[in-house]
Amino acid sequence: MITMFEVNETNQMIEQEKLDVRTITMGISLLDCCDADLDTLNQNIYEKITRTARNLVAVGREIELEYGIPIVNQRISVTPIALVGGGACTCPEDFVTIAKTLDEAAKATGVNFLGGYSALVSKGMTPADEHLISSIPMALASTERVCSSVNVGSTKTGINMDAVRKMGEIVKATAEATADENSAGCAKLVVFCNAPDDNPFMAGAYHGVTEADAVIHVGVSGPGVIKRALEEVRGENFEVLCETVKKTAFKVTRAGQLVAQEASRRLGVPFGIVDLSLAPTPAVGDSVAEILEEMGLESVGAPGTTAALALLNDQVKKGGVMASSFVGGLSGAFIPVSEDQGMIDAVNRGALTIEKLEAMTCVCSVGLDMIAVPGTTSAATIAGIIADEAAIGMINQKTTAVRLIPVIGKDVGDTVEFGGLLGHAPVQQVNTFGCEDFINRGGRIPAPIHSFKN
Amino acid sequence: MTPPTNKTIITVVGKDTIGIIAKVCTYLADNQVNIEDISQTIVQSYFTMMMIADTSRLSKPFGEMVRELEELGDEIGVRILCQHEEIFTKMHRI
Repeated sequence: MITMFEVNETNQMIEQEKLDVRTITMGISLLDCCDADLDTLNQNIYEKITRTARNLVAVGREIELEYGIPIVNQRISVTPIALVGGGACTCPEDFVTIAKTLDEAAKATGVNFLGGYSALVSKGMTPADEHLISSIPMALASTERVCSSVNVGSTKTGINMDAVRKMGEIVKATAEATADENSAGCAKLVVFCNAPDDNPFMAGAYHGVTEADAVIHVGVSGPGVIKRALEEVRGENFEVLCETVKKTAFKVTRAGQLVAQEASRRLGVPFGIVDLSLAPTPAVGDSVAEILEEMGLESVGAPGTTAALALLNDQVKKGGVMASSFVGGLSGAFIPVSEDQGMIDAVNRGALTIEKLEAMTCVCSVGLDMIAVPGTTSAATIAGIIADEAAIGMINQKTTAVRLIPVIGKDVGDTVEFGGLLGHAPVQQVNTFGCEDFINRGGRIPAPIHSFKN
Repeated sequence: MTPPTNKTIITVVGKDTIGIIAKVCTYLADNQVNIEDISQTIVQSYFTMMMIADTSRLSKPFGEMVRELEELGDEIGVRILCQHEEIFTKMHRI
C-alpha cells in the first residue's frame, strides 16, 4: 500500500519542484487530405485536424485535475506539409494558405502550437520542398501558432548543403519578416539533422510518414526534481550521483507514461512514445543549468560542463527507458538559452559562449537552441553554424538542431524578450570570420563512413 | 470516464484546528465515498492526513469532487488534494 511518505514525495515534486508533463502532443496524418485543388486541400486539412483533436485539450485538463499533475501544453503535430501540399501548391504563396489553415485549426482546437510546416530534404529538394521552404518567412509572419522545421541532413544521407545555404537565408528572412516582434518568428523555426518522426516538442514536432493515422506522444519534464534530488548527495562520488539521477528520472518518466496511457485511452488514439526530456522553463528552479551547477560547477560553461551534461543525459535515459514501454522523440536534456534562467545567467556573466554550447550539443539531446545573435549576422554565417551542427549530428548518429534568432536591430549586450515559455535572451557574440566561399560551393556532403570510429 | 482503479488518495495538509477530519469525512459520506484507510500525524501543530478512499460509488464526476474538496479546504484553512492512486503507485512501484 502507498505510504504517506511516498504521497508527500510526489506532491512535493509537483508543488515545489515544478514536476509537470510538458506536453501531450497528438500526431495527425494529413496524407489522406491530399487533393489537387488547393481549396479542397485546405478544407480537408481543417476538417481532419479539428475532428481528430476536438477533445485533446479537454482531456488534458481532465487528467490534470484528476491526477493532480500539471499538464502544461497540448499540441498537435502533422505530416510534413511539403508532402501534403505538393500536389496542389505551385508557388510559395499557395503554401502560406495552408499555414493559415493550420493556424485556424490550432485555434479551433485550443492547442498553443501546431508543428509540421516542414520539409524533409536531407538528400535533395523537390519543387514542393523548395516552395515550402521559400514560404516559411511569410508563413511564420502571418500565423501565430504554426511551427516549422526543415531536416537538412542525416547519418544515412549526408548533408544537403544547398538546403543548408537556403536555410541560412530563410532564418534571416524570417527574422526580418518578424522584426517588429523581436524576430520571434525564428523561435518557431528549427533546422534539423536526423530529425525524429515522433518528437512531441516544439518547434520541431512533425508527424512522420511511418506513423499511424493519429497517435499520442507525451513529453515529460522535471529539471527541478533532479536538482532537488542532487542537493541531497552533495560531495558524494559519481556512482551515487548517477544512481540518484537515474532513480529520479525513473519516477518523472512514470508520471509521463501514466498520463500518456490515460490520454490515449480517453481519446481513443493509440499511445506512441514518451519523450524522456528534461525541458527547462524560464521559471527559477526549473533549469538544466542549475542541475549542472549543483553537480559542482561554479557556472555552466566552466570546464567540466560537457562531462556533467553527458552523464546527466545518459542517466536520464537509463532511468527513463525502464519507466516507459515506448521511448522516442528527442529524449535527453534540452539546453535552450532563453528558456533556462541558469543558462541566461551564465551567458550574462561571460561563462557560456556559443562555442561551448556547440560542444555541449555533442552529448545532449538537441542542439543550439533559442540563442539570440546580432541582427547583422549574415545568412552565410547562420548557414555555417547550421552546417557545423548538422555535421555533429551526422557523424555522431544523433539528432542535432539549430534554432537561432538573429534579432533585427539588436547587438551583443542587448536583451530580447520573447514572452511566455520562450523566455528572454541576451544577444550573444558570433564568430565574425566569414564562411561564404564554403557555404556557396553548393551540392551535398556525402554520408559518413560507419567504421573506423576514432 | 472512470480510470481502471477507483482508489483515491486524499491528502490534507495545514495548521491544526478543530473538526478537520469531521468536515472532510462528512463531505465524503455525503458523496458516497468509502474511506478504507486513514493515517494522520501532527508535527509542531502542523496537520498532515492521508486517506485511501474508494470512489466507485461516487455520485458526481471525479473532477467536481476535486474542486469541492479544494473549496472545503479553503474554508477550513487547510490544503486538500484528491488524486487517483495510480499517480503514486506508478511513480513508487516497479
